[in-house]
Amino acid sequence: KQQTKPFFLMIVAAVSRNAVATFCRSYSIRQLSSMMTSEGWDGIVSGPLTAFSEDEQMTRDAAKQWAQDKLKPLVRKMDDECKLLPEVIEGLFQHGFMGMEIEEEYGGSGLNFTSACLVIEEISRVDPSVAILADIHNTLTNNAIRFWGSSTQKDRWLPRLAKDTVSSFALSEANSGSDAFAMKTTATPSKDGSYYLLNGSKLWISNAPEAGVFLVFANANPEKAYKGITSFLVDSNSEGITIGKPEKKLGLRASATCPVIFDNVKVDPENILGDIGEGYKYCINILNEGRIGIAAQQIGIAKGCLDIAMPYMMDRTQFGTAIADFQGMQHQYAQLATEIHAAELMTYNACRLKECGLPFIKQASMVKLYSSQVAERAASKTIEWLGGIGFTQDLLAEKFYRDCKVGSIYEGTSNIQLQTIAKLMQKEYR
Amino acid sequence: MKILVGVKRVVDYAVKVRVQNNTVDLKNIKMSLNPFCEIAIEEAVRLKEQKVADEVVAMTIGPKQATETLRTALAMGADRAIHITTDLRTDYMELQPFAVSQIFQKIVEEENSDLVLLGKQGIDSDCGQTGPMLAGLLGWPQVTFAANIETDGKSMTVERETDSGTETIKISQLPAVVTCDLRLNEPRYATLPNIMKAKKKKVDTRAAEDMGIDLAPRNQVLEVYEPPPRKEGIMVENMDELIDKLKNEAGVIA
Repeated sequence: KQQTKPFFLMIVAAVSRNAVATFCRSYSIRQLSSMMTSEGWDGIVSGPLTAFSEDEQMTRDAAKQWAQDKLKPLVRKMDDECKLLPEVIEGLFQHGFMGMEIEEEYGGSGLNFTSACLVIEEISRVDPSVAILADIHNTLTNNAIRFWGSSTQKDRWLPRLAKDTVSSFALSEANSGSDAFAMKTTATPSKDGSYYLLNGSKLWISNAPEAGVFLVFANANPEKAYKGITSFLVDSNSEGITIGKPEKKLGLRASATCPVIFDNVKVDPENILGDIGEGYKYCINILNEGRIGIAAQQIGIAKGCLDIAMPYMMDRTQFGTAIADFQGMQHQYAQLATEIHAAELMTYNACRLKECGLPFIKQASMVKLYSSQVAERAASKTIEWLGGIGFTQDLLAEKFYRDCKVGSIYEGTSNIQLQTIAKLMQKEYR
Repeated sequence: MKILVGVKRVVDYAVKVRVQNNTVDLKNIKMSLNPFCEIAIEEAVRLKEQKVADEVVAMTIGPKQATETLRTALAMGADRAIHITTDLRTDYMELQPFAVSQIFQKIVEEENSDLVLLGKQGIDSDCGQTGPMLAGLLGWPQVTFAANIETDGKSMTVERETDSGTETIKISQLPAVVTCDLRLNEPRYATLPNIMKAKKKKVDTRAAEDMGIDLAPRNQVLEVYEPPPRKEGIMVENMDELIDKLKNEAGVIA
């Protein structure tokens, strides 16, 4: 370990010059060096990407155990009924899966981003619908408040978010998905500036029925186009909020995705997250990170598919042979496992880049793009390998097949990821 | 009441072990908290929550990685921990129950424990000897295979599971050694906040070799081998054939 530290210092010095030039949240070198002495450092730079610290490994094991023992028996029922069971959400809170990065002083566990992604991966391996609730909550809302919240806001919200309050991220609208800045929801200041009135309709909002708080993006100054977008923390029992009926979806059925209508919803200016007109920056920045969490979800899906496929193939015999022993099958699942491994490494590398304060936006886009593709291949191939029974609801493979598709859509479509990557590549060569 | 709980780091129950060079190959194998020890910790923590016990101390004997085992015990609710370090193998190959129970004896005497809870056996060695040996060394009452414990901190009633049914034993005066069986309780999951808080709890470390105890094995392991692979079953045509095979081939009925 002593030998690798100086080596890494050289790498960091070289990269940090580029760090400033790249489009990202800038981290000072001072911040970087203070991170270098933090506890998790040893595991990060000197070991393989699949070697985790004791904290991270224990966190992963805790999630795996809960998901396999307590969550698995409930998955099919929740998918059939298109509803998350209250005991599952309680379980997420009780086990600490909802306040992972929140600091201990606010009732969270003070874990790092990698730990949060490991939990999302392990839960997704059993049920991606449950994982997405935890993912949005941890990587989008909780972190936005941690990064840009005032100390009053943190005191008010973080303990609740760690303990018992689900959150929702209300950005998209019917006419603004990828073109998020074209949003029409407005936040009109009162004459004396003592409150804002939110008016508009959000669409595709996950966790809406369960949420106790919404992180809403609304334009407080439409004349300035996207530079008027402001983020608001809105209590879900505010007057004027209507949660529409959940969409009937192809997959992630247990996760409710609803329209959320704001009709003259009064919001105190103390509930503005960060600065007025800076909301567009916050949503871009938080989604840049959040999509690494989505990648972790997709990897969980891919591994969950193999968890079903491998034992089946080793057990099922045709023509006197286990189908796992047919060379054609071996080539296919070996190829898939290789791609899953690549996606996994990319994901945890992106986590480490973010934790170290190094540029990670291009990598985050790449990993979300690629993992969603790998998950789709895994799910599709798994059904083929399972044969007829893969096509039935006797196994959860068909559920993974339906669940994985949204991976290439939400938190930035694949086309948007490709564009982001391309733009950043051009910057590198300019 | 002060409770000392032994927790052992063993091969994870789900791992399929392999035998190499006349010993179980432990390289890169997943290790976990022994399930019966987990049950023992759970019982101790419950007694603390019922306000019958006021301190739960977890103890392990093992290499430096055994701190993870202690951390799980602390995350479940133990107050502090003792780590007796040794690089000797604790799966019977090097460190054996007699030495282990002597180490426990020394700590019990130093700690002035009122109750020792142990798992009934380690799932690696399957000995089940540490509890009874420790009780013998201390001159304390012992109950093994506890399936239910009731105590007010002074006396204790234990139901123990035997092959022929449940036996109820009253210990009229603590201290005592009790080993825990499967049906005693269902251990809690360590939550993430507790796992992180466990890092701050006190762990005292000492080397087993420095305790003035002869750690040498008393029994020599002659051979370690995998059980023969399960042979394929056969189909029989009728009851007569079944009886004939059971009698004359398997030799299981007279």
